[in-house]
Amino acid sequence: MATDSVAVQLTGIEKRFPGVIANHDVNLTVRTGTIHAIVGENGAGKSTLMKTLYGMHQPEAGTITVFGEQKVFRSPSDAIAAGIGMVHQHFMLADNLTVLENIILGYEPTKGGRIQYGEARTKLLQIMTQSGTHVDLDAPVSDLGVGQRQRVEILKVLFRGARILILDEPTAVLVPQEVDELFSNLHRLVDDGATIIFISHKLDEVLTVSDDITVIRAGTTVAEVQPKEVTRLKLAELMVGSELPSPHGRASEVGTLVRLQLDHITVAGPGDKHALDDVSFEIREGEVLGIAGVEGNGQFELCETIIGLIKPLSGTLAMEGENITHTSPHHRLMNGLSYIPFDRHREGLLLEAPLWENTLLGRDGDPQFLKGPFINATAAKADSRQVIDQFDVRTPSELVPAYALSGGNQQKLLVGRELSSHPRVLIAAHPTRGVDVGAQAAIWEKLRAARDAGLAVLLISADLEEVIGLSDRILVMFDGCINAHLTPAEATPELLGTYMTGGVQEVAS
Amino acid sequence: MSESINESVDTAVSKLQRLFKGSGQQSVLITLASSLAAVAIALVLAGILLWATGKSPFDAYSKMLEAGLTNDKLLETVQRATPLIVAAVAVAIGFKMNLFNIGVEGQYLMGVFWAAVVGAYVHLPSVLHIGLIFLVAMAAGAIWAAIPAILKVKKGVNEVIATIMLNTITLSIIDWLFQEKFRHEIPGQLDVKTKLLPTTAWLPDLVKNRLSSFVFMALVVVIVFWLIVYKSKFGFRLRASGANAIAARTAGISSNNMIVTSMVMSGAIAGLAGMTYLLSTSHAYGPTRPEGYGFNGIAVALLGRNHPAGIIVAGLLWGFLDSVAGPLQIAKIPQSIVLVIKAVILLTVVIVNEVVGRRVAKRTADRTAAQLTLPVVAA
Repeated sequence: MATDSVAVQLTGIEKRFPGVIANHDVNLTVRTGTIHAIVGENGAGKSTLMKTLYGMHQPEAGTITVFGEQKVFRSPSDAIAAGIGMVHQHFMLADNLTVLENIILGYEPTKGGRIQYGEARTKLLQIMTQSGTHVDLDAPVSDLGVGQRQRVEILKVLFRGARILILDEPTAVLVPQEVDELFSNLHRLVDDGATIIFISHKLDEVLTVSDDITVIRAGTTVAEVQPKEVTRLKLAELMVGSELPSPHGRASEVGTLVRLQLDHITVAGPGDKHALDDVSFEIREGEVLGIAGVEGNGQFELCETIIGLIKPLSGTLAMEGENITHTSPHHRLMNGLSYIPFDRHREGLLLEAPLWENTLLGRDGDPQFLKGPFINATAAKADSRQVIDQFDVRTPSELVPAYALSGGNQQKLLVGRELSSHPRVLIAAHPTRGVDVGAQAAIWEKLRAARDAGLAVLLISADLEEVIGLSDRILVMFDGCINAHLTPAEATPELLGTYMTGGVQEVAS
Repeated sequence: MSESINESVDTAVSKLQRLFKGSGQQSVLITLASSLAAVAIALVLAGILLWATGKSPFDAYSKMLEAGLTNDKLLETVQRATPLIVAAVAVAIGFKMNLFNIGVEGQYLMGVFWAAVVGAYVHLPSVLHIGLIFLVAMAAGAIWAAIPAILKVKKGVNEVIATIMLNTITLSIIDWLFQEKFRHEIPGQLDVKTKLLPTTAWLPDLVKNRLSSFVFMALVVVIVFWLIVYKSKFGFRLRASGANAIAARTAGISSNNMIVTSMVMSGAIAGLAGMTYLLSTSHAYGPTRPEGYGFNGIAVALLGRNHPAGIIVAGLLWGFLDSVAGPLQIAKIPQSIVLVIKAVILLTVVIVNEVVGRRVAKRTADRTAAQLTLPVVAA
């Protein structure tokens, strides 16, 4: 498999933006036919480096050598011509076209102005057999799940003849089963002679899947290691350059007061199906209840129902004994409920607005931010600065628009906003999705501290390590139902995986 | 000594920067510069067009300045700008909620018509009379704007289509009502109008027949707009809902409520756009009714970037261009060049804003990254 020939070599790469050195003295050697992981904190310069390699911008200094030939990439098409393809983190597919149409888009084989669909199909079938992937070429992309969309993106790159694939955080959107599938596909590709550069935050994955690992910190390459030489902790420390706090253990006890209670909640879904079917649970003060499950099994509807954005068909919801089933979302949010939503860009932030308006969103009913009918901007800004300080949001000021922050810092701001209203119940959906280990540890710390102070947390996460590490009890959701109750001690990723895909729990306790 | 001077210069500079930094997104200076550049580009393009049709652009422009910079014409500029500014504020309220209210045209006509009808049949002391007329105009505009809002909320009808269709419907309804119900014939007069308003409802002119005191009301409208949209809690929710409806919904802000409220507010303001005509010029509704305030208001709102100060400046520019159309005609330069200039300004402003906006966004992101990365790199 791994040979000594070098697919990509970057030497002394330096990339400057006005007033900032994003990459300097970056050296990277990727052997042909290997999976090479690039790890680093958000903002460490991984993406800048990959954009340089893919021709999206030009470096100020340094050389790029591909298969022994020195190259200058003026644009991505130069990089594609040299056999480099990139699979972006956010998919770029046209929903209303079929898989086949999406793949050939912009690269259509034509004869006399007519698109040769037959030819494209034959070539794709061949690529799919070789790489061991399968996607229905005639299905509209809108029908596909996330994992399948990603396969389409990979096929798109292969169709353009790429021999070197750059994958930008490919597993961020996948569930464990899909991750396994992706990795087996990647191995098939590598066996077939392809070279893969793989950017990730998830160190466990990096350690299992890659042949070589390069660590980037503060814009430069600081270490090149082999997975067998390092532990997860060591790798994380190389990334942040210091020792990390441990994620486990709790000092306080779960209280007796029931903060949130769901009683036989049923919610309508598409068609005759119920999105939530007879869901009941309670969360006590100082307790974290984890919900594990493959995305799309009712977690989203569960959160929206608790917030009050979806009205249940039947069942009751109570907070600290008060029936809130028929109250408005605004009422609930003003009375001790907080929500860290699934997707910070879609549901959480006003990207164009300054940070202080973002920390004010949803809290504008609080009298401390008002002067009569007007917003007290001074107080709102001061509060925003406090959130920024307490949650270590890295930003020059509260006046910067939210889009200017990295994902991890946006998430810290969001978590900070939701915790600083001193909620008694917090719904945390993927609180650390797509953030680097440093920010993840910080967010966990804050959640733990709030829990110790009596907060009841409903934790929904695709990161099983997070669910097991933070929760006091774990429920598994499948197809709108709760189909397993576990303690973190008995939960293993494998066991959770079984229940998450519909395995039935033996009734024990 | 020199150090302390340096320090005070630094703080002064940062204070100035903050002053011009508005919401922290794009400085007022950049916005101003890009808008001025757009106007300059538009003048050059229109000049090329003039030159291509065999007229001298320099002649045309100097004629415009010569005619436009007289006292009379400057008053006319303000007089013409007044309704456009009011209409633009109405449009801008919609834009802030991500709604495109093309129906301002129909809404102010409804306002003028019903205010003329109701105002003619009441007798009140002047202040109350005028106040009542304002209220009727606002209510008529608001009710008319509520229709597309309710259609959007209940049935998902796009407000652009609904308001365009309502504009056409407005004209037919008003024409019918006027001809059949409210035509007031005075023997011996050819000028047919609705019943004349009692003089208690006449707004005094600041300069006789040149400038109506309604200009003060327009200023009040702009200030109230600024206070409500940019400073109030309601405005914050409106802007949040317009910027990201899903995030606003998640934060407990009902976007349906916001759609209806903002459309109704927009319609109410729109209802006031025709008040110069009704209360200062014509004192009744008639076939000489104004037209185009709504469409020009959209242009003024776009040019002014939905910002109160921008709207005033853009409204005055539009008023100026309208006021010089006549003198150009006399100088044998086709007055349609004014239309061309307006259209080209609008296009260049949209394009220049887009380009500048992207660059500013990228620079802001890079600068933010820079302020954070530099110390780390140095360490």
